[in-house]
Amino acid sequence: MALGNGTFQRTISALVQDKPGVLARISGLFRRRGFNIASLAVGRSERPGMSRMTFVVEGPDEVVRHVAAQLDRLIDVVEVHDITEQNIVWRELALIKVSAPAATRSEVLELANVYRSNVIDIGIESLTLEISGGRQKIDTLIELLKKFGLLEVIRTGRVATLRGTLIEGEDDGLFQADASAPTYILPVPTGETGSV
Amino acid sequence: MSKHLSGSQIVCEALLNEGVDVVFGIPGGAILPLYGVLSEYPDLRHILSRHEQGAAHAADGYARSTGKVGVAFATSGPGATNLVTGLATAMMDSVPMVAITGQVGRTAIGTDAFQEADITGASMPLTKHNYLVMRADDLGATVHEAFHIARTGRSGPVLIDVPKDVFTEMGDYDPEAPIDLPGYRVPGKADESQVEAAAELINQAERPVILAGHGVVLSRSFDELMELAEKAQIPVVTTLLGISSFPEDHVLSTGFPGMHGMAYASLAVDEADLIINFGSRFDDRIIGDASRFSTGSKKIHVDIDPAEINKSIRVEAPVVGNIKDVFGQLIPKVKQATHVGWLQHIEHLKAEHPSLKIPESDRLMGQHVVKALSDVTKGEAIITTGVGQHQMWAAQHYQFKNANSWLSSGGAGTMGYEVPSAIGAQVGNPDKLVWSICGDGGFQMTLMELATVVENKLPVKYAILNNNHLGMITQWQGFFYNGDYQAETYTANPDFVKLAEAYEIKGIRVTRQDDLEAAIAEANAHDGPVVVDCVIEKVDDLYPMIPAGQSVQELIEEPN
Repeated sequence: MALGNGTFQRTISALVQDKPGVLARISGLFRRRGFNIASLAVGRSERPGMSRMTFVVEGPDEVVRHVAAQLDRLIDVVEVHDITEQNIVWRELALIKVSAPAATRSEVLELANVYRSNVIDIGIESLTLEISGGRQKIDTLIELLKKFGLLEVIRTGRVATLRGTLIEGEDDGLFQADASAPTYILPVPTGETGSV
Repeated sequence: MSKHLSGSQIVCEALLNEGVDVVFGIPGGAILPLYGVLSEYPDLRHILSRHEQGAAHAADGYARSTGKVGVAFATSGPGATNLVTGLATAMMDSVPMVAITGQVGRTAIGTDAFQEADITGASMPLTKHNYLVMRADDLGATVHEAFHIARTGRSGPVLIDVPKDVFTEMGDYDPEAPIDLPGYRVPGKADESQVEAAAELINQAERPVILAGHGVVLSRSFDELMELAEKAQIPVVTTLLGISSFPEDHVLSTGFPGMHGMAYASLAVDEADLIINFGSRFDDRIIGDASRFSTGSKKIHVDIDPAEINKSIRVEAPVVGNIKDVFGQLIPKVKQATHVGWLQHIEHLKAEHPSLKIPESDRLMGQHVVKALSDVTKGEAIITTGVGQHQMWAAQHYQFKNANSWLSSGGAGTMGYEVPSAIGAQVGNPDKLVWSICGDGGFQMTLMELATVVENKLPVKYAILNNNHLGMITQWQGFFYNGDYQAETYTANPDFVKLAEAYEIKGIRVTRQDDLEAAIAEANAHDGPVVVDCVIEKVDDLYPMIPAGQSVQELIEEPN
């Protein structure tokens, strides 16, 4: 996805071994190859001993197109997919603590409702909202809440997966594929596996 | 069947099971438990280096020259950090190595203990993979994994860091335990469709050039390269590290291209309509300005590492696989061809651009030394070099006849590689003649390894191209820094003959062209190591030259 200024964004999903130092290996690789991490989400996967990471990487197109191939060279990275140009669904999550004294509380709650966000904590002068969705939706809610006084905004990185259906999403994550650009990622050749 | 052993014993048994017969290293506190069991394993020959960098380069030279995995030992802290240059050198050139370092005890890790250094952290970007092993039970499997990773796929160095108390802990070792690396795949044959596409381009090409890189050497595909080149009559340009993958007295041999390569090789690559790259990563010393590199050609890139495809140069036909396997797939699909006109044109380029012509001079020049070495040894010695002008003259003027007889630090450009790499090459090839072509700068970076040479009775021959200068630095300051010469002169070089004699090594000094061949013959005949101090009066510039980041249009063939 083009961001302007010659900068492009790619979404990478990787299954990695849950071992000490894996994140250091990956972040070191990103640093020395000049890949800028826009967001990173890590958590245990459905496979025991494996974590799944979702990266959003930004940089010049020629550079970020190599992220997946470079990641795949790491021994602890079991699988890696550049899912930028695929039909994916993705979510981010944000916790927003907003000033909400009695005078404005109902207006804040109304907005929270419209955006299908949950109130997860109520203070005397504030509310904490939980919202998940696409980036635009979260950005918009934050923008709207600004006038009430944002006390704290905490956002996660993006988590993404390939769609199981053929329905294309909107703001929740379908990237516009740049059909004119060649795809660099090659099929991994079949051969002897690491397990012998 | 599982054995119950100490961590140190597990390491030694696992090394022996991997076929290791020699280790280069130096002991220190944290690795002493490992040295403490070496006497139980007499088949594991230990060669005591004088500096850990020397141990690493010797393991590297051993690995390059034999194809086996080179092994180095070092202790924690400074011992381990001294290895780092050697690891980086091996990493850049994809050399299979395993380094085993001692680490402070497990409870002391992270406390800034005496001689503690985070070597797994430090070496992460300079190794193919590395380990910190926290249980003796894991040691055996880790050693076997490390060797598997080091020698398969795109080979490279692997470091295993072992805390002192893991060496002494008792653990179980099962040599038969399977390796489990779910994230590691070793490319074998390439996808048939990729090979088909490459074959079609080759069969259509009118002006094809093979660019043979280090991958050809590492996969030992010399016969296959010859078969393909001869079948379709394709000229072979080798990269700097591809040198000695193709005999240089063969009519199709077309030298090496790039910054200091032969002009005709650079021109052939530039004028080609197809470049068939086997195992070269289109290094910046070859391509210069990527946007002006061989713009009229299509490119086939055969590489075992998918991450190299389209990294520097966009190619029409990527082929990902083991080079040896790909040759096997490709050769039957390539039609016989003659390319008479193109080969005549290449001969014409060679005649018009005689890059190997040595300028007329009565003085002793670096080129004379290499030429004489090439003539006297008939191009059949194993040559190692350092980095700089002497390296390029060696690459240009030594006519390599034997496969895999050229050992040089190409990617990392490590000065000082020349002295210890020759040790490794000689240990791995006790019956072959090993000549190290040295610069006086690089030689002084690792000359302490002369003691290792003597101690192990290795008949290595060193030729120092001694001009009391950092020659390449002098040249660049002259070319690109307005002749503002800084820190380029060595005003206090030792008397290298006396230095050799201090080590009880035979020293010979040569100051005249006429004495060269006799001196080299004398060195060859001497049953032991020799240092030949070749006194070159002044710094000569090295040609041809394509300035960094430029293209063949800016090629400077000889001084004005």
